[in-house]
Amino acid sequence: MRFVDEFREPELISKAAEEIRRLAGTERHYRMMEVCGGHTHAIYRFGLKDILPENIELIHGPGCPVCVLPMGRIDDGLSIAQQSDVVFAAFGDMMRVPGTQGSPLEHKARGMDVRIVYSPSDALKLARLNPDKHVMFFAIGFETTAPSTALTMMRAKAEGIRNFSVFCNHVTIIPAIRAILDSPDMRLDAFIGPGHVSTVIGCRPYEWIAQNERKPIVVSGFEPLDMLQSIVMLLRQLKAGEARVENQYKRVVPWEGNRAALRALAEVFQLRPYFEWRGLGFISQSALRINDKYAEWDAEQRFAVPGIRVTDPKAAQCGEVLKGVLKPHQCKLFGRECTPEHPIGALMVSSEGSCAAYHNYEHRKAAMVSLNSVA
Amino acid sequence: MCLAIPGKIVHISSDNHDSALVDVVGVRRKIDLGLLQDDKPAPGDWVLIHVGFAMSKISEQDAADQMNTLRMLGEIDGAMQEIQGYGLEDVN
Amino acid sequence: MSAPAAVLAESAPVRFRDPQIEMAHGAGGKASRKLVEGLFAPLLFGAAPGPLADAAHVDINGTTVAMTTDSFVVKPLSFPGGSIGELAVNGTVNDLAVSCARAEALVVTYVLEAGLSTQVLEAEVRAMAKAARDAGVRIAAGDTKVVEHGKADQMYVTTTGIGRLLPGVSIDPCSVRVGDKILISGPIGDHGITILLARGELDFEADLRSDTRSVLSLVETLIHAAGPGIRWMRDPTRGGAATSLNELARDCGLGMVLFEDQIPVRDSVRGACELLGLDPLHIANEGQFLAVVSPEYADAAINALSLAPGGSEAQVIGEVREQPAGTVLVTTLYGGSRIVDMLVGDPLPRIC
Repeated sequence: MRFVDEFREPELISKAAEEIRRLAGTERHYRMMEVCGGHTHAIYRFGLKDILPENIELIHGPGCPVCVLPMGRIDDGLSIAQQSDVVFAAFGDMMRVPGTQGSPLEHKARGMDVRIVYSPSDALKLARLNPDKHVMFFAIGFETTAPSTALTMMRAKAEGIRNFSVFCNHVTIIPAIRAILDSPDMRLDAFIGPGHVSTVIGCRPYEWIAQNERKPIVVSGFEPLDMLQSIVMLLRQLKAGEARVENQYKRVVPWEGNRAALRALAEVFQLRPYFEWRGLGFISQSALRINDKYAEWDAEQRFAVPGIRVTDPKAAQCGEVLKGVLKPHQCKLFGRECTPEHPIGALMVSSEGSCAAYHNYEHRKAAMVSLNSVA
Repeated sequence: MCLAIPGKIVHISSDNHDSALVDVVGVRRKIDLGLLQDDKPAPGDWVLIHVGFAMSKISEQDAADQMNTLRMLGEIDGAMQEIQGYGLEDVN
Repeated sequence: MSAPAAVLAESAPVRFRDPQIEMAHGAGGKASRKLVEGLFAPLLFGAAPGPLADAAHVDINGTTVAMTTDSFVVKPLSFPGGSIGELAVNGTVNDLAVSCARAEALVVTYVLEAGLSTQVLEAEVRAMAKAARDAGVRIAAGDTKVVEHGKADQMYVTTTGIGRLLPGVSIDPCSVRVGDKILISGPIGDHGITILLARGELDFEADLRSDTRSVLSLVETLIHAAGPGIRWMRDPTRGGAATSLNELARDCGLGMVLFEDQIPVRDSVRGACELLGLDPLHIANEGQFLAVVSPEYADAAINALSLAPGGSEAQVIGEVREQPAGTVLVTTLYGGSRIVDMLVGDPLPRIC
């Protein structure tokens, strides 16, 4: 696969890992946060932790839109779709996320019309093909995904498709990073910046992290060589006492972002004054709602929404894990009441959530290592 | 949020310039080019695809530059160390 | 699923606690296993512990025959490379083959939905007849029922097969040893991705076909070349190679270590999996089998398979190690590794 396989070349990966070991030395402990869930997934998928030295600690950030979605919003979306002739369309990522009455897939088993879509445009196509039904697209994602939702709504408006609406849960990444940095327990040296969000917002929005917080941030691609190169770049900055924004993912990320995508966002959305993030609480100006021009395609305006607020059990320490303050296994519920099969908190539901990733990968590898050292 | 894959534009629809057929090692899908209005791709171009939309054009030049940088990893620093060993930096 | 030995055993307590049956329970992954081990096994097979195999061995007056059954509920009925008819025949023939038995006869039941077009039914029955001829197995008897419109997704097919044991081989997960090699007969993921694309919901197209076929002749080739060294075989259908190997790892308590660069995957399967965020190891196959072979016989096994018709893409994909015990681990050339677990239910596309 072009533009994929080259960045997985084993020899170059070994070389990059060696350079990291050389730069990292042994004296200093480095704590780097990868913001984006996609990077968390890549770390596990490619086994990158196996080739990084022990003194580089990767901390999983809050960039998992499924993980930070409050359960009440899932309940709200499902309650709209309870109405007959309403189709609940969403990405596969959402299908097993539990609401208080079950996940979308469980609702499907009980008779709700639930469809998995790969693209918001597929949801619009469903609406076109089924004029007797109303298709409600349950939208999630950061700035990477929001422009596609926006463009789809613009197309719905232009074509006059009325049996389509969006239940919007799009959130923005900068407030999440701010919440992390504002957290008093936070000890971070640097950030691996979200590569695909940056194709939309560019690299400028991260300048305050470097200038005000004095933390280097490298906008990174998702292949093993991308992430390793980003770590090399971060180490070089840290060793030189620098704090700058750098773009490792140049082949795809424009420094100024994607103007057409930003225009689409401005056309359809506006910032909510505040939005609840599961585990992080209410954050102001951190989420998108559909503006009045597109009210007709806003599921929250078309339908009565219960506005259910569901609080996680106090024992669930999702917030601290999200902020990287606690490791997943340090949460009291981890592996006991809360497992991938019976998730209590959303970090266990999404495969890129820290807890699920830790449970599926780290846990057993740790057992393996300790056995080896005993032998 | 993050799963985006490079694909090659095979064909752009004649009656809808925002609709293109993209190929990813033999898997084909119609994608929307609406987010690349300011920098329209042509058949043969590579784009980054996320949820059925092209997010960005992939710069072959930048990719090649990056591969070069990666191949030289360790060599530049090694060369620098060697030069420093000659004591030349004291000349200024 | 089937139980070893114990006949007419007492029922054991039911451990399955989920309040209702979900789609995940049929997906071949963790949820399926929970249902089978927690409800069916204790009630039907009694307190007999031990691994569940693809086929049962039944002793009739001193002769041991192998028996297995499987149901097919695929949607769409017909897809590139095959249809439900072929799946129904090959699936059961293959279950028997990997249990070291040659299918002699099948019986088939059809549950038909009222309103099903006769043309569709005839096409499927013809496909089944042809598949049976190609597989060298006789369809001996059948039954049919019709249910109301909306109750059967056009048709559900069940086949039950009976076969005679093949000589020169005896498999048991407990015979697996550290150092054994793990083999696959060909590329993985073709069937599952073909079905996913054929459903049309995701709007992707690819030049891909289901790999449905009988693997009996390849199994016989393997037995001929490496019989005494074969420890275990399985056809990795729903749940994929990951599920089959996880079950083996659990049953024998050893680690299954796979070498990522040696796992054969077609480009278009790879592309579809990258696009959808899926792992080929979790995708169903209908024309492949896994085998664990002792190291002395591994070379002979691969040589024989690769020269046999349909076996040219057979590969050693890994080996059995002590650690990580009970787990499947995939390693890369650069020293990275990841654990591959059974999924809970069907693999779902993701965008994150």
